[in-house]
Amino acid sequence: MKRFIGFIKKEFYHIFRDKRSLFILFGMPIAQILLFGFAITNEINNVDIAILDHSKDATTEEIINKISASKYFTIKQIIVREADIEAAFKKGKIKAVLNFEKDFSKNLIKEKKATIQIITDATDPNTANSITNYINAILQNYQQSKNKGIQIDYQIVPQTRMVYNPELKGVFMFVPGVMTIILMLVSAMMTSISITREKELGTMEILLVSPLKPFQVIIGKVVPYIFLSVVNASVIVLLSIFIFKMPVVGSLFLLGAESVLFIITSLALGILISTIAETQQAAMMISLMGLMLPVILLSGFIFPVSSMPIPLQIISNIIPAKWFIIIIKGIMLKGVGVTYVWKETVILIGMTLFFIGLSVKKYKIRLE
Amino acid sequence: MSISLSNISKSYKKVKAVQNISFYVKPGELFGLIGPDGGGKTTIFRILTTLLIPDSGTATVAGFDVVKDYKAIRKSVGYMPGRFSLYQDLTVEENLTFFATIFGTTIEENYDLIEDIYVQIAPFKDRRAGKLSGGMKQKLALCCALIHKPKVLFLDEPTTGVDPVSRKEFWEMLKRLQKKGITILVSTPYMDEAALCDRIALIQDGEILDIDTPNAIVSKFPKTIYNVGANNMYKLIKALQHYEHLYSVFPFGEFVHYTDKRDSFEVVDLKSYLEKEGLTDIHIESTQANIEDAFMELAK
Repeated sequence: MKRFIGFIKKEFYHIFRDKRSLFILFGMPIAQILLFGFAITNEINNVDIAILDHSKDATTEEIINKISASKYFTIKQIIVREADIEAAFKKGKIKAVLNFEKDFSKNLIKEKKATIQIITDATDPNTANSITNYINAILQNYQQSKNKGIQIDYQIVPQTRMVYNPELKGVFMFVPGVMTIILMLVSAMMTSISITREKELGTMEILLVSPLKPFQVIIGKVVPYIFLSVVNASVIVLLSIFIFKMPVVGSLFLLGAESVLFIITSLALGILISTIAETQQAAMMISLMGLMLPVILLSGFIFPVSSMPIPLQIISNIIPAKWFIIIIKGIMLKGVGVTYVWKETVILIGMTLFFIGLSVKKYKIRLE
Repeated sequence: MSISLSNISKSYKKVKAVQNISFYVKPGELFGLIGPDGGGKTTIFRILTTLLIPDSGTATVAGFDVVKDYKAIRKSVGYMPGRFSLYQDLTVEENLTFFATIFGTTIEENYDLIEDIYVQIAPFKDRRAGKLSGGMKQKLALCCALIHKPKVLFLDEPTTGVDPVSRKEFWEMLKRLQKKGITILVSTPYMDEAALCDRIALIQDGEILDIDTPNAIVSKFPKTIYNVGANNMYKLIKALQHYEHLYSVFPFGEFVHYTDKRDSFEVVDLKSYLEKEGLTDIHIESTQANIEDAFMELAK
């Protein structure tokens, strides 16, 4: 036991004396969470639009006022001729143009029907979609208020309610994802690097010719990073609660336990990488290419797994991060208990055991 | 026997690193593996320290088989690899404490063993190992290899890249350790260090050329060696190489070591030949053969 503690002490010296890895360890989680939280967002706010009003009557003015009163849109430009629409879009500032037809009020009264053309800049499809939906919602709202008291034959009124994230905050989606990436990266990359460093510097040679058993070396490498990753996970959760007002509905204890499980999964992966890679650089490349990319692309962090082609959906199953994201989304946003995520938990435990078994089998007790 | 190898062979892919090597080291002996780089010295060390498995042959260290009983060997030997292999970001003291701990001991427990060496690096005990000079590094590495009181000490080229003064000190330390009953196997490419060992094995291209005490190896040298000097070293060697009675010629310090084919060699003959070749300040005298001469002769 004393040997083991001595080994762990040595690992902490390494970590705290290497300013660069210390920066990666603690700087990256904070930077990433702030970046994803503030900069990268799907929400629309103060989108610049332009108006082309051919009728300029009371009704159109009312609608325009309603739109400009909402926090979503700012009317940046009034266009007079049809031909100027394209120029407005090309300047790039304007994301949508509302084109009211001629005699809007008159048509509404006489023919019970008037049209507004909504033209959106679809170079960014997601934003274009949101803009259209928001404007539609405002128009519908206006229409309903106008029809109040008037008898219509029949009417279907959809009542939508977004649950678990009613304000559709993007950060709610990113926090679980970023947490997954950070834990994966810190745990897998840092351990694999720290083990390969011993190989590269030749100290592994001395460690092998010592009474230390292989599992003592591995566990000794892993324990400090479990500790650091737990600190990291806590920092991320605290940041998201206090800065982004993200609710953690479910049990904090369950969240912690599942995080530790995922940390161990990643550490096992890191050890596996270090049994393959001979140099620190190789370990870093394998971690980045082999872990980071799949986590970002295939785990459902940014792109929903259900809309991927079938082969990719199948591949996504072997990515531990996918299961972890399901688990923590469930716990943080929906407040589910262990009965709802036991399947994913079992899968993660299974993967962890598999990785550990494989690394123990591949771990070399000699130099070749 | 403290160390014994019999018919050990080891190849890396197609390269034969060592072939059919057999030798033994007696308890308490200071045994040297002498030979140029790439001769297979490190491979022998790695086989004996259980880091490599030999392709064929058997070897034991402290009575344990290097393949079967590798765990027992790892507990009872000290190993200092050729490359500096301590933690550069740990201080001198932290390194030493770490190695003491993983061997289940403390610095205090075996301090008497390392005291002579440690006092020399103690003033720098708070300095990071990476910031030490070459000689200091080797002393620290030796301390770390000794801290658990090993029965057998393996030192792979401990003095390579170390200044002459530190080299001398290092060998004095080895002699003192030997007196404390530790068996030492040391390798070196420096022939002058060979004379300091009890017995040596001359090794080249994975094969042992000879094993004996340094004196015996030197006395086996079949020829009389002459130190030859002249005003121009380069021209001197060229001239000697063209001399019809030449047996061998090697530069050695400020002189060249010359041996003659004939049994009856007259210094005057050679002197007049060299004068004819245009050399001046010619100086010829017989000298003692040394390990390097013996090695060159055996390696022919």
